Amino acid sequence: MRINALIQRICLQMIRDKRTLALLFVAPLLILSLMYVMFNGSGDAVKPKLGAVNVPAPVSQALAHADIEVIPYHDMDKETIVSDKLDGALISKDGHWSLLLENVDPTAAKAMQMKVGQIMAGLLLQNGQQGSMDLSQASSLPVEYVYGNADSTFFDVLSPILIGFFVFFFVFLISGIGLLRERTTGTLERLMSTPIRRGEVITGYLTGYGLFAVIQTVIVVLFAVNVLDISLVGSIWNVLVINLLLALVALSLGILLSTFASSEFQMVQFIPVVVVPQVFFSGIFALDGMAEWLQTIARIMPLYYAADALKGVMYKGYGFGDIIGDLLVLVLFVFVFIGLNVIALKKYRKPSASK
Amino acid sequence: MDHTVRVEQVGKRYGNKIVLEKVDLTIERGQIYGFIGPSGAGKTTLVKMLVGMETADEGTVTVLGKKMPNLRMLQEIGYMAQSDALYTELTGEENLRFFASLFKLNKEEQKQRIAYAAELVNLTPDLAKKAGAYSGGMKRRLSLAIALIQNPQILILDEPTVGIDPELRLSIWNELFRLKNEEGKTIIVTTHVMDEADRCDYLAMVREGRVLANGTPRQLTEQYGVNTLEEVFLRAGGKSK
Ligand SMILES: Nc1ncnc2c1ncn2[C@@H]1O[C@H](COP(=O)(O)OP(=O)(O)OP(=O)(O)O)[C@@H](O)[C@H]1O
Ligand SMILES: [Mg+2]
Repeated sequence: MRINALIQRICLQMIRDKRTLALLFVAPLLILSLMYVMFNGSGDAVKPKLGAVNVPAPVSQALAHADIEVIPYHDMDKETIVSDKLDGALISKDGHWSLLLENVDPTAAKAMQMKVGQIMAGLLLQNGQQGSMDLSQASSLPVEYVYGNADSTFFDVLSPILIGFFVFFFVFLISGIGLLRERTTGTLERLMSTPIRRGEVITGYLTGYGLFAVIQTVIVVLFAVNVLDISLVGSIWNVLVINLLLALVALSLGILLSTFASSEFQMVQFIPVVVVPQVFFSGIFALDGMAEWLQTIARIMPLYYAADALKGVMYKGYGFGDIIGDLLVLVLFVFVFIGLNVIALKKYRKPSASK
Repeated sequence: MDHTVRVEQVGKRYGNKIVLEKVDLTIERGQIYGFIGPSGAGKTTLVKMLVGMETADEGTVTVLGKKMPNLRMLQEIGYMAQSDALYTELTGEENLRFFASLFKLNKEEQKQRIAYAAELVNLTPDLAKKAGAYSGGMKRRLSLAIALIQNPQILILDEPTVGIDPELRLSIWNELFRLKNEEGKTIIVTTHVMDEADRCDYLAMVREGRVLANGTPRQLTEQYGVNTLEEVFLRAGGKSK
């Protein structure tokens, strides 16, 4: 009953605070859409221009088919590329192939290199070992996709992590600042002068803010999958379960860290310390290449496990059985943080002497 | 004797600073007990201990025969903090209802208590306003109403009438007298206003963490050989320097 009162009060406060609601529900959608447009738009905006010297017709046709503007040349040097505003040139000379790239935008250059390589590899496979066209020089090894396909964008890989991140970040911020306000305005102390138990306070907070976290999670996931059409190979229910657990972690961590902040500003200072490093370790950058000790650090970050599970479900089509390990770790985080919260509340009322 | 509150040899320190030292008090049922003393003397710390929000480093605090802190006793203690702790996004009524639902009250009692407490502090017409939009005195009054909400045996009011106009102050004090006389409630107040101190049955003069003197207002004035409590306050202050 007391817990209900607490939950109702938190809901009422949240509903009165339109700005915070907007931050919770609209901001993630906005940022997600923005990133979607940024990552997906770049591919077809401008056709890359490729100079072709001595390139056989099948190759230029295949290139043109892949949205590359092929311009034949007799001769090619760096000046020509600059003066003709080419993005690169494919040159065949005495049976040797070479690719000359402008490389003003390394990402675009890389993309071009890969595209050309893929096309030539494809032709190579089709034509077998025809002596007339020795393409092996320019083409890399045949490309094969384990996950996704040739249409996969970076965004497809990134978006599961982003979804997890938004849920974590906004729930962390709002619950942390919510409880901090209770501390600074003295209402928490006032609350502790009523017969409410510390466990009830924590439960009330987790449920009250948890409700909003659930709504946010559902909105973000549905928006990402249905409106932005982010690839979701696995089950949406698994995505929701992961995000809900992550939201609980964020909630309990936010409430806990608010103990160590004495103002909203200090709460915001936790973002570079607690939130940003988690992003680095969440799989946006490949962990395999990192030093051993860095990889160990990743293991203590909740977002690492959530991102791993989310990527698994959304991109690789993992089922519940494949992510159960990640989920258990998240549950563990929740329990640890909740336990610490109950201890932290002792500051406000020492445990009852009689009992 | 019917002791409501008993404080024995209580000491408290924050870090190295001794805030309370060897405090002994007994407060009887149906008394209005006042704490006076300069700012920083330790009055708030002492009353917080009675509520169980602070623990004594030394000594014991018993309320209604139970050693504090004790969760169950809080049903019987109405506490009004020195600084208003209100949910500013909520209306006055919602604040009252929230606190009411933290205590053992059924729906009907809840309604009655909210109406009674709001009426007592003259807030009935403003109950639908958000607490954030209240004036300083209105906030104070709402805090007082919240302290009364569960109809507790003991009222602990930390400077209850700061920022409240004289007319309302008088009516609040009249209500405190009524609660004491008709319902036998024990009321503990801290105050800096000497005419309020004069209305208490019993006073304790706190200074630098010690109870320098206690007794009825008349006993105090006689003890210091002066005519007014104001002079007692100044004398007691001067002595320990
Ligand atoms: N949480 C705290 N941490 C450290 N020191 C504290 C804390 N609370 C109070 N004090 C110190 O304890 C002393 C007594 O404070 P207290 O609030 O009890 O005074 P008071 O008598 O209520 O004063 P006032 O009349 O101004 O309300 C002060 O010196 C204060 O600085
Ligand atoms: Mg005080």
